[in-house]
Amino acid sequence: MTSAPGPPGTNPLTAPLTVEFPFTRSLGPVQSAFLTGLRERVVLGIRSSAGILVPPVEYDPATAAELRELVQVGTSGTVTTWAWNPRPRPRQPLAHPFAWVLVRLDGADTALLHVLDTPGPEAVRTGMRVRIRWAATRSGAITDIACFEPDDTPPDDTPPAPRPVRPHDGTFDSPVTGITTPARLDYTHTPGRAQTRYLQALGGRRITGERCPSCHKVYVPPRGACPTCGVATTGQVEVGPRGTVTTFCIVNIKARNLDIDVPYVYAHIALDGADLALHGRIGGIPYDEVRMGLRVEPVWTDGARHPDHYRPTGEPDAPDDTYRELL
Amino acid sequence: MTPPADTAPVAVVAFAQTVHRRRTDELSETEMLMPVLHEVLAATGLRTADIGFTCSGSSDYLAGRAFSFTLALDGVGAWPPISESHVETDGAWAFYEAWVKLLTGETDTALVYAYGTSSAGDLRDVLSRQLDPYYTAPLWPDSIALAALQARALIDAGHTTGPALAAIAARSRADAAANPYAQLRGAVTHGDPLVHPLHTGDCPPVGDGAAALVLAAGDRARELCARPAWITGADHRTEAHALGVRDLTDSPSTRHAARRAGAFDRPLDLAELHAPFTSQEVVLRRALDLDERVRVNPSGGALAANPVMAAGLVRIGEAAAAIHRGEADRALAHATSGPCLQQNLVTVLEGEA
Ligand SMILES: [Zn+2]
Repeated sequence: MTSAPGPPGTNPLTAPLTVEFPFTRSLGPVQSAFLTGLRERVVLGIRSSAGILVPPVEYDPATAAELRELVQVGTSGTVTTWAWNPRPRPRQPLAHPFAWVLVRLDGADTALLHVLDTPGPEAVRTGMRVRIRWAATRSGAITDIACFEPDDTPPDDTPPAPRPVRPHDGTFDSPVTGITTPARLDYTHTPGRAQTRYLQALGGRRITGERCPSCHKVYVPPRGACPTCGVATTGQVEVGPRGTVTTFCIVNIKARNLDIDVPYVYAHIALDGADLALHGRIGGIPYDEVRMGLRVEPVWTDGARHPDHYRPTGEPDAPDDTYRELL
Repeated sequence: MTPPADTAPVAVVAFAQTVHRRRTDELSETEMLMPVLHEVLAATGLRTADIGFTCSGSSDYLAGRAFSFTLALDGVGAWPPISESHVETDGAWAFYEAWVKLLTGETDTALVYAYGTSSAGDLRDVLSRQLDPYYTAPLWPDSIALAALQARALIDAGHTTGPALAAIAARSRADAAANPYAQLRGAVTHGDPLVHPLHTGDCPPVGDGAAALVLAAGDRARELCARPAWITGADHRTEAHALGVRDLTDSPSTRHAARRAGAFDRPLDLAELHAPFTSQEVVLRRALDLDERVRVNPSGGALAANPVMAAGLVRIGEAAAAIHRGEADRALAHATSGPCLQQNLVTVLEGEA
């Protein structure tokens, strides 16, 4: 984390935070047929109470009736509305300026959202004719349509020839049955005043809690509020470094990317002076000798921002009435 | 719906909000929220333990903090244990849940709050993740692009013009000059087209903020507030998910919700509309049949402060506060969620003469 300028008296920390997940989704019969069709340069719609829906949906938006009657529509269409995007964002379909468009494909009664590749906004207008530009490699995804491009044949404003909407059984060889849609969002994480104070103290190998002005409990790590009183914790209190194991578990499953041999012990540790136990790994003692009441102290490793683990101090065990309230 | 005749009426008895700001880097969400909770409780003299039901609205996607609503509860003070619920959308829907809870008669007070930290991520990208994941989200259309498609459709249909949209922007920010909580106030340059035809000035500021209000039923409301803002009806409706199926120039869901909430039964004198984009005010005015006799968004609306997930609840709070102050007798509050006004909630509030 790095410090950013803030109001007087604070020095808030910030750090980049990326949330990324490859959502894997299965497709029903309608979505499977539509996306497989795109792979084969075929656009399918579905017959509903409001006409032909493209892209197709599984249930009628007006009646909620199940829809199954697929039809093939054209690959050219008419722009129903548009918006010029002068500064494309990183994951959008085209890297240069483009128009967002809703396109009613020939034979369809509803419009498909996509992008239109034209040199500038002067070339775009509602009612213009456009056609699909297919992606060179297609996998069964909406991005198999690389974009739309102007279609000058026939000229604008010529009513499109009534294109027969042909029934289609939706059957293709090796249909696409699922898609993976990676989602990535980039954030700047800011932990707030209380956690900033805690993290800054950790940088000096000190562990600090904050005391509730109402019930006087000391919370570690502090989050800025007493969860029972609902008021801001204010007074900073240095706690530990020694503490008492209040409860623990033995971990037998090796975590990916974690260089710790199993089995190991993960424990709740009540640091001296704290009214809430925090989590930590117990080392320096065989896993089957860890016990409630064991007195421990933090072990810091070079460059670490928090204790690597806690080890026995060698003191006698704490009597159970000293930590019973913290269980 | 309008409340059944045999239930005690429910009112908004207190409202508080943060000063909405572009960034709140020095605060956690709990730290941002807590002063608002304290303010709204202090206004009624209630303590957390006195509140019968607590309901909140927020979304983890805004700040990228998993289960942040559970941490936010630290600011409420959840001991002794409280009856609590959360909606993963604007706090206006938390308000609706609390209202229904009070109508059941199970309790006579409720605390509703909402917060959003839009500054942590890139809001245009973050909001794109709420779109249909099969046909739409893989194209990463951002919130401004989708609103711009709607604006173009309105201009093409002859319902507005670029200068008319700019006038809505100017009026909103001018009105917000009197709102100490607003983020954008006074003369604000309309700016360049951001996504044509929407200019920077047609779009809401990105910012962080929180809001809270207290609801109470029957005599309890009269004890807690000199002039309660009685909820005479509230309803919410949604439209088809696929944008290409909808007529983007209209909002039948808003109109339907308003009719069910009784909005058209008698004249209104104030409307707080949750229209983050100037073009959406055009859609909502048409859907709600608002004429020049109705004051629209004297707070400046979402164009002046748009803490996502709280902005809809702020509309209800602003409308209620106008009744508390005696500045309005019958007010409508609208909240929206989703692209191009997809989901819409309408509340009607009245003060006693
Ligand atoms: Zn406390």
